[in-house]
Amino acid sequence: MSTTTHPPTHSIAIAPAPRAASWRLDGFPFIPVAILVSIALVAIFADVLAPHDPQVGSLVRRFRPPFWQQGGSMAYPLGTDHVGRDVLSRLIVGARVSMIVGLAAVFVAGSIGTFLGIVSGYLGGWVDQVIMRVTDTWLALPALTFAIFLAAIVGPSEFNIVIILGGVYWTRYARVIRGEVLSLKEREFVRLAVVAGCSKRVVMWRHILPNVINSTIVLATLMLGVVIVTEASLSFLGVGVPPPKPAWGLMLADGKKGLMVGYWWLTVMPGACIMLMVLSANLLGDWLRIKLDPQLRQL
Amino acid sequence: MKQYVIRRVGYSLLSLLLLSLTIFLFVRLTGDPATLLVEPGASADDLANIRQQFGLDRPLWEQYFRFMAALLTGDLGQSFYYRSPVAELYFQRLPNSLLLAAVAMAFSLLIGIPSGIMAAIRVGRIWDSAGKVFALLGLSLPSFWVGLVLILLFSVNLGWLPSSGSGTIWHLLMPAFALGWYFAAAHMRLTRSSMLEVMGSEYVKLARLKGLPEAWVVGKHAFKNALIPVVTLAGINLVVMINVAVVVETVFAWPGIGRLLYEGITFRDFPVVQGIVIIGGAMIVLVNLIVDILYALIDPRIRLEG
Repeated sequence: MSTTTHPPTHSIAIAPAPRAASWRLDGFPFIPVAILVSIALVAIFADVLAPHDPQVGSLVRRFRPPFWQQGGSMAYPLGTDHVGRDVLSRLIVGARVSMIVGLAAVFVAGSIGTFLGIVSGYLGGWVDQVIMRVTDTWLALPALTFAIFLAAIVGPSEFNIVIILGGVYWTRYARVIRGEVLSLKEREFVRLAVVAGCSKRVVMWRHILPNVINSTIVLATLMLGVVIVTEASLSFLGVGVPPPKPAWGLMLADGKKGLMVGYWWLTVMPGACIMLMVLSANLLGDWLRIKLDPQLRQL
Repeated sequence: MKQYVIRRVGYSLLSLLLLSLTIFLFVRLTGDPATLLVEPGASADDLANIRQQFGLDRPLWEQYFRFMAALLTGDLGQSFYYRSPVAELYFQRLPNSLLLAAVAMAFSLLIGIPSGIMAAIRVGRIWDSAGKVFALLGLSLPSFWVGLVLILLFSVNLGWLPSSGSGTIWHLLMPAFALGWYFAAAHMRLTRSSMLEVMGSEYVKLARLKGLPEAWVVGKHAFKNALIPVVTLAGINLVVMINVAVVVETVFAWPGIGRLLYEGITFRDFPVVQGIVIIGGAMIVLVNLIVDILYALIDPRIRLEG
C-alpha cells in the first residue's frame, strides 16, 4: 500500500485519506457499465416504460410469440406467457425487482460483514475467536441450501429475501475485511491515533473504516452477480419473490410450462436478462478489483 | 503434527456444534416451530399435540439437548410426505446425487484443466482471453437457465436427448454439463494461476536450461505439480456440487438430494429441508478437515503455522 509514507499533516491522529484511485480509464468496461446503467434506468422508470400491466393477462392471447415470428404482433413485441401477460412488461418491471433485491441484499451483507470484520480484526482476542468461528460455520453451510432453509422458515417475500441473502453472504466480507484490518492496525496512523487518546470506537470508525471501504465496494460489486443468481434460483424454486410479481426467476419457472412445446421466448428472454446483468456486474467488479485494490487481485 | 490434528479436529467439532445451534435457534426463534413441524392443514389439537411430543413447551436449553441427542443417534426426524425417516430418504437419494456430481466433475475438469493450461502458457494471447470469457460466462450464467436452454436445444428442437428423468447415460449428459460449467470456471482459473506459479519456479527453469522440449517441460514437470491444488479444490467441490445441485436437479427431474430438497419445499415437508441442511453442512466441515490434515501431511510449513 502506498499510504505507508503519508506524513501526518495537522494532527498526529489524522488517518491518511483513503488512497485515491488513479482514474485513468484504461480497460474501463464501458459496455458492461452501459448495460448496468440501462437496467437501472429501466428499473427506475419501469411504470412509464412498461406497455402493459405486468400482472394482468388475458387467456385469449396466451402464448403469443415475439413479433418477428408468425402469429406475433407489435402490441406484444416479446410475446405473452401462459396466462397472456406481456413478456416485455414483465421483464421491465422484473428489472426493478432484481435491482432492488440485489442492491439491498448486497448492502445488508456488506454492512454486517464489514462491521464484524472490523470489530473482529481490531479487537482480536475472544471477540475475534467467536466471530471467526461463526464465520467458518456459516461458510460451511452451502449458501443456496441455507437460503432455502431460511426461506422455508420465514416464508417468501421480497423483504425476507433481502434479509436472508444478507444473512447468508456477509461471511465473505467479514473474512477479507478482517484480514485487512489486521495489517492496518499495525500501521503508524492507527498507533498514533491510539497514542493521541482516541477511543477504540473512534479508531475503528474514523480511521479504519475509511481505509477498508474500497474493499467493501469491490466485494459488493462482485457479490451483486452471486446475489442476483441466488434470488433467481430461490424464485425459480418457489421460495423467493412470491407470484404474481414479475421477478426474472419466477418468469423462468413459469416459462418451464411452455418449454416442451417450444415456447422458447418464455425461457430465453428472462434468462438473457439475468445473464446480461450478472455478466456486467462481474466484469465491472473485476475491473474495480484491479483498479481500487491491488491486494484483492488474488482473491 | 499430533497437536495440529487435535486442534483442527477441535475446530471442526466446534463448527458442528455451532452449526446445530444455528439451525436449532433459527427454527425456534423466527416463529412458532410447531407450525413447521406439523403437517400442513393440521388442527389446533394436532398443534398442541406436536408441541408436547417435541417438547416445545420445555425450556430452550432442554430442547436443544433433546435435539442434539436425536442428531447424535442419527435421528433427523420423520418426513410428513414419505412417512419415513429423513436419514433413510437422504441415503436412498445419495447415490444418484453422487453419480450426477461425479459426471459433472468430469465435465468441469475436462473443460477447466486444458483451458487453464492453455491460458497459462499463452498469457495475454487469444487462448488466455478466450478462456477468461468462457470462465466468466460459466460463473455468470445461472446453471438452471443453462439447463433449460439445453433442453430447448437438444430435447425440443433436435430431439436427441431426454429432457428429464433418469436411468440411462443420456439422461445424465445435460444436467451434468449444466452443473459442471459453473465449476469449470473455478477449475480453469485455479489451473491457470497454479500453472503460472509453477512455471516461474526454479525447477522448471532448470528443466528448460537442460534443453528439454517445451511440451515436456509443461507436460511432465509443471503440470504434475500445478495439479495438486486443482485436485484439492475438485475434492471439495464434489461435496459442494451435491449440495448446490438443487436447481439443476429440479429442472431435469433428477432424483437426487436436490430434488428431495425441492420436494421438501413444495410439500412443506420441513424435517426434510432441515435434515438436508444439517447433513450438507456436516459434510463440508468434514471435507475441510480432511483437506487440512492432508495438506499438513504434505507440507510441514502448515503444521507450524496452525
